[in-house]
Amino acid sequence: MPNTKYDQQMEFFVDMQRCIGCHACEMACAECETNGQESMIHIHYVDRAVTTQTTVQVCMHCEDPACANVCPADAISKDDFGVVHTANTARCIGCSNCVLACPFGVPQKNEAAELMMKCNMCYDRTSAGKKPMCATVCPTQALFYGTREEIQKMRPNSTPVNKFFFGMQEVNTKVNIMMPKGSTHLKVH
Amino acid sequence: MYRLIKTLNRTALIKAIIAALAVIIIVFIGSRNLQHFDAALIAYLFGTVFAVFGVAYRYSVWVQRPPTRLYWRRSWQFLLSKDFAQYAFHSTKLFFRNIMLQRHIYPRGRMRWWGHFMLATGCLIAFAVTIPLTFGWVHFTLEAGSDTTYTANFFGFPVSQFELGSPIAFATFHALVWCSVLVTIGAVIMLKRRLTHGGMIATQTFEGDWLPLILLIAISITGLGISYDYTFLQGRTHQFMSVTHAITVILFLIWMPFGKFFHIFQRLAQVGANIYKVEGTRRGLAKCPHTQQDFASQLHVNDLKDVTKDLGFDFTLEDGRSHLDYSPEGKRSALAKAHFQARKDAGHFFG
Repeated sequence: MPNTKYDQQMEFFVDMQRCIGCHACEMACAECETNGQESMIHIHYVDRAVTTQTTVQVCMHCEDPACANVCPADAISKDDFGVVHTANTARCIGCSNCVLACPFGVPQKNEAAELMMKCNMCYDRTSAGKKPMCATVCPTQALFYGTREEIQKMRPNSTPVNKFFFGMQEVNTKVNIMMPKGSTHLKVH
Repeated sequence: MYRLIKTLNRTALIKAIIAALAVIIIVFIGSRNLQHFDAALIAYLFGTVFAVFGVAYRYSVWVQRPPTRLYWRRSWQFLLSKDFAQYAFHSTKLFFRNIMLQRHIYPRGRMRWWGHFMLATGCLIAFAVTIPLTFGWVHFTLEAGSDTTYTANFFGFPVSQFELGSPIAFATFHALVWCSVLVTIGAVIMLKRRLTHGGMIATQTFEGDWLPLILLIAISITGLGISYDYTFLQGRTHQFMSVTHAITVILFLIWMPFGKFFHIFQRLAQVGANIYKVEGTRRGLAKCPHTQQDFASQLHVNDLKDVTKDLGFDFTLEDGRSHLDYSPEGKRSALAKAHFQARKDAGHFFG
């Protein structure tokens, strides 16, 4: 039965500018047992023709997840800790609604299995009070899992932000992105 | 009580009542005005009528959700189009592949597929046997002038004959025994996964994942108990065996609309989602403004814009385009570029 040692003081902080594209998180992600040994993290060049910048994307665990809302099979759920879980395998019909509706481009569809899969913050580990696999191996701490006090001490000139604007839509998330100090939100478009 | 009824979904309630009444009517028709109805099975009939009511109610509520309604309408629209023959063939193929054989589970794990296939096949055959018996659609009679020839009647019409003691008779009368064996083996395989798989241990719940398997095993074991009783105990424990079996089966029927078993009915939507994908691809693909590559059908992207608006989301951009016009990779890149710009504007890329 689910472990209830989930530590709500711990939060996830992402800083894409620190990503060096080493793929260590990708390898570690595949160790997560809730993914069935499939890596769910996204790392890719942002715009290879003009820059070597890479970006890393984990599920942002939205407060009102678009993926769960557009799921025709009620396969995606958010738990009491705010973790948005990967598709319930019994229900998912592999329609890809969630893949296309997620504003962060997170869910993936396993075509052969006709199943959507996504990061669920290494629930096998976080529900037991441990850190997600990706955050434990990231050498530049582009991915960091810890308390707000810890991140403030490490990044005194940054502010964690969890409010995003995609055009008219405001999206609030459980996962934070490290922004310049004093920022309140990130406007994507 | 009145307040409770007022909270019910009226459309779903009407459809559920119609479905339940339809079952009662076909019981009367199939059993020739209850002539062939087996009164010993009355409790199972009540359980089935309730299950039909509950499943129809939940299904109707489910289909009213904007994304589900979209797939429901689109599936029927494409199936009943000028390409009916092609989509009917495609749907039939998918029905056997994904519903009867559950082949989509195989890539998720070979033993997982074996477990689910045995469990599901046992259940489906058991439904096919017990529902016509419970409804009085099927009954057996002795052929006139013979005390060894059995006739199987369907809706009161004779459909086949077999000799008592023959292999066909043995296989027919023990059909539910074979189902019980299949279900038990399948459920044990699935239970073993739930005991040993770290990911499942972290996310499973008792009522959502364990109880359905325990209930299926209980139904199978108590069902086997009835056969064991009349084969080896001369029926001495019949009352106990039949009552315990009835309790487990009726619990299953009553719980079917509310718990995990509802996915049996939801799974059919997978066929509709496949047809939608085929038709969408045929109508043209959407190109991501960032990657400049096709990533989904334009139909799907456009439909999702409407569905998200129905659900209270508005991803419309200032220039009139939509964030949903971007592929998943394009969306991730847009976020990274916005983050880069914010850092750049602040004068420090790190901090």
